[in-house]
Amino acid sequence: MDINKLAESLHPLERKILPHLKEKITDKELEKKSRLQYIEVSRALQWLENKGIIKIKQELKEVISLDKNGERYLKHNLPEKAFLETIKNNPLSLNEIETKAKLDKQELNISVGLLKKHAYIEFKEGKLSITQKGKEFLKDDSEIKFLKSLPLEVSKVDKKILKELSERKEIIKTDTEKTKVIELTDLGEKITKVKLDENLMESVTQDMLKDSSWKDKKFRRYDIKLPVPKIYPGKRHFVNQVNEYTKRIWLDLGFKEMTGPLLNTSFWNFDALFTAQDHPVREMQDTFFIKNPRYGTLPDKKLVNNVKKVHEGNSDIDSLGWQYSWDENEAKRNVLRTHTTVLSAKTLNSLKKEDLPLKFFAVGKCFRNETLDWSHLFEFNQTEGIVIDKNANFRNLLGYLKQFFRKMGYEKARFRPAYFPYTEFSIEIDIFDTQRQRWIELGGAGILRPEVVVPLLGEDVPVLAWGPGVDRIMTAVYKLKDVRELYKNDLKQLREIKIWMK
Amino acid sequence: MTMIKVSKRELVKLIGKSLDDETLKDRISMIGTDLEHVQDDEVSVEIFPNRPDMLSCQGLARALSSFIGVKTGLRNYKIQKSNKQLLVDKSIKDIRPYTACAIIKNLKLNDEKLKEIIDIQEKLHIGIGRNRKKVAIGIYPSEVISYPIRFEALAPEKIRFKPLESNIEMSAKDILEKHPKGKEYAHLLEGKEKYPIFIDSKNKILSMPPIINSNDTGKVTESTKEIFIECSGFSFESCKITLNILVTMFADLGGEIYSMDLIYPDKTYESPDLTPRKMKLDVNYINKLTGLNLSETEIKELLEKMGFGYENKKVLVPAYRLDILHQIDLAEEVAIAYGYENFIEEIPNVSTIGEESPLEIFKKKIVYLLTGLDLIETNTYHLTNLNDHNEKMDNKTEVVEIQETKSSEYSVLRSWMIPSLLKVLSENRHNSYPQNIFEIGTTFKLNKETETGVEESQRLAVLLCDAKTDFTHIKQILDVIFLNLDLEYSIEEAEHNSFIPGRVGRVSVKGKNIAYIGEIHPKVLSNFGLENPVAALEINITELFKLI
Repeated sequence: MDINKLAESLHPLERKILPHLKEKITDKELEKKSRLQYIEVSRALQWLENKGIIKIKQELKEVISLDKNGERYLKHNLPEKAFLETIKNNPLSLNEIETKAKLDKQELNISVGLLKKHAYIEFKEGKLSITQKGKEFLKDDSEIKFLKSLPLEVSKVDKKILKELSERKEIIKTDTEKTKVIELTDLGEKITKVKLDENLMESVTQDMLKDSSWKDKKFRRYDIKLPVPKIYPGKRHFVNQVNEYTKRIWLDLGFKEMTGPLLNTSFWNFDALFTAQDHPVREMQDTFFIKNPRYGTLPDKKLVNNVKKVHEGNSDIDSLGWQYSWDENEAKRNVLRTHTTVLSAKTLNSLKKEDLPLKFFAVGKCFRNETLDWSHLFEFNQTEGIVIDKNANFRNLLGYLKQFFRKMGYEKARFRPAYFPYTEFSIEIDIFDTQRQRWIELGGAGILRPEVVVPLLGEDVPVLAWGPGVDRIMTAVYKLKDVRELYKNDLKQLREIKIWMK
Repeated sequence: MTMIKVSKRELVKLIGKSLDDETLKDRISMIGTDLEHVQDDEVSVEIFPNRPDMLSCQGLARALSSFIGVKTGLRNYKIQKSNKQLLVDKSIKDIRPYTACAIIKNLKLNDEKLKEIIDIQEKLHIGIGRNRKKVAIGIYPSEVISYPIRFEALAPEKIRFKPLESNIEMSAKDILEKHPKGKEYAHLLEGKEKYPIFIDSKNKILSMPPIINSNDTGKVTESTKEIFIECSGFSFESCKITLNILVTMFADLGGEIYSMDLIYPDKTYESPDLTPRKMKLDVNYINKLTGLNLSETEIKELLEKMGFGYENKKVLVPAYRLDILHQIDLAEEVAIAYGYENFIEEIPNVSTIGEESPLEIFKKKIVYLLTGLDLIETNTYHLTNLNDHNEKMDNKTEVVEIQETKSSEYSVLRSWMIPSLLKVLSENRHNSYPQNIFEIGTTFKLNKETETGVEESQRLAVLLCDAKTDFTHIKQILDVIFLNLDLEYSIEEAEHNSFIPGRVGRVSVKGKNIAYIGEIHPKVLSNFGLENPVAALEINITELFKLI
């Protein structure tokens, strides 16, 4: 970058620091010299380093500082000095010295040894007295000065005193300390020679705009590469983003939306869908039945009677039925819908034959009595579709499904024979996940059986129907390993997760 | 669905043509069973409940063999007469009214085959037998039985025999109370004054269905050459089909089928009866539904690939198939034989107009408004528990309860949204603030006027949570919503335990209460472990929508 442009980009904090950088300096020293707060110094250093103006080296330094005893001696004098103080004028016995100098036994012994070795004291008639040499030693306060000067770098202290004191117990200690050493780069050298424009403007202000004073001024240049603090948008939950898109596809294909309650009588959820009353799906371990209110009411008698007849196998339809005695009470049991197909049943029952052909869809939650784990949820999303058309056929069913999955981003879909009580043909839908190179099973589709259609609609018209789950697409697209993450509502995840791109 | 595991060697031998693993996998998937895996010699397949005839290795092989064209058309099984009798006593009528029976001779059993027999019996019990309630199966060594056999009901105190895996004679009562199988199935005889038994002409009890066989006369071993099979239950049709599935399996296993005279008080049958059911063939219907243009001959050939016969314009349905109820079932068989992979997909040129639900459109508009205010949408479960929903909120509301749930944490349906969203906040304490969230969800409350006795409403909850959040912030949100809907609201002070007194209001539009707004009470916050204030509002969107 042009050196002048670079100079213009310097932040006021950087400007304050720059003059102090002519020689190698540490961050701590810089803090003192610049009179800035440490946090401001380190931010400015960070910016200068980003611009290539300085080099920051982490250095480890040996620093001498006071240890436990050192701190005490700095306050109360060294023990040998305190010893000498007591006999400065009159000789005293060892016991007297001990009490007067307030020394413990160990300190007393060390002091005696040290003072004797240098002949600072002499022993006469059971008492100790100070020698001339001792008097000079007492006047010498270089050790205390040394202690006062700490902490200091090893290189900056008197080696002789350092040696003496370090041999004694816990007076001084040596630590290694991390320091930042700042040095100008070549670019830095150049920039210190540039005359900095003192009149650079920081912000656009209202006054400036009123009086046009900006006209003869320059604004400080920003380092636009610097990261900025994060903000987050308001956002739809990602599961709902997918559901919204799913709806869009069906709307684009000319389907009308069906909505309805999550809680229904078994009549709509099972019986109207030709699911025999002793079918395992109607057992408590698979389905959420309701404790209160346990029973609902049945729709009009004619419909109920027609449903009863197809189950028992004596309706007008040429079908064997399930051949058992159908129980009205069982049909009244309330249940959380196990599939969105309950909406299709209700819709079929509300149509007029002269309005056909018609197409309907739904996207919604369904329930099954499961223990939550990484691959099971007790609430799941299904997308339902029905096409009621006297000319509809199996190839159309495959056509609609292929088109839907193509719009979801899956070019490859395969259909295998399956079984559901209310459809015949019944198919299982798999789509191919090209990223993970594997098939994903999504659930079922088929053509509704006449035993379902005739009682509800009053006529045997082909009804194509499907209800694949979409949760597995969501976990695949969002790369979730655990399905529970769909409804974890972790705000960090919700704020940062990629938006649905379709 | 029932998982079966069969030996690949055995399966391929029975199919009668060697197949590589890939072909085998593909054909199993496309015949209408769900392949789990083929590993070494093990083939693992899930069988759908409509095809109990495929639960044995023999049944699966029979279907596959036709499907790949090795042996197509209706299988003929030879039945010889045994001239032996089973007498159904009238006493059984209200106890366990039906049975069907057969004898199989010249069996060569070994340990492996015995295991297979027990296995298929168990699987049929669970599926078509509905845990022995609808159909129960008994298989006995015929050599130790003195014919004729009687099927009758006796008072429990008159029944004594050694149940399977027991060396002592037990009373019916003891069997139901002490024997493991007795305890497991005792509920099926609950409240009956008499219990059903099969008993031979020397008055040896063979079994007490649907509970257990006798250890003396009801235990098949490797040395058994001849067996007596009965299926008893509450549907004659189901008993007969179950029996047919078994006898055809035994025939494929090398046995010979012998029929018996099955003598009911009013009618005598020859059992088993493997006469195929005849159905008319509607070529037009099949072509119309499949979207194909098949000739009668082509359809005949396709049906033969599925093991059906065709004679004099009638389809012959194998006697072991229970899933052919209607012409549409034949259409599906034709389609499976044709191969789902061979259909050319087509979207018909039919014009219909797409239409979104107006309430759903309204909900979406509200969502856009709120995301525009930097609020994050959450997505919580409808199921919750009384502790989170009532106790922690210090607020008793009547809730809809689930009858049986695998997790007590999810045992009731929510009646309002704020508890669910407070739980979200309580689980996000480690994340950065502000935490401003919302959700529109379904809520449930008791209402006798509806079909189910439960009324569902869509409710919007908005929760603001930050160090300085207060009533002003949440009221600003309320204002934004109503300003943008061009609606006037009025607000009255209200009482609600979950909110701080004097800082909670009820909002009404056109005289109808539709919302609560306020600052959440500190004791509620601490119940949820929250360390920041929360201001919240909850609007009944279903009601609001009606007022626009």
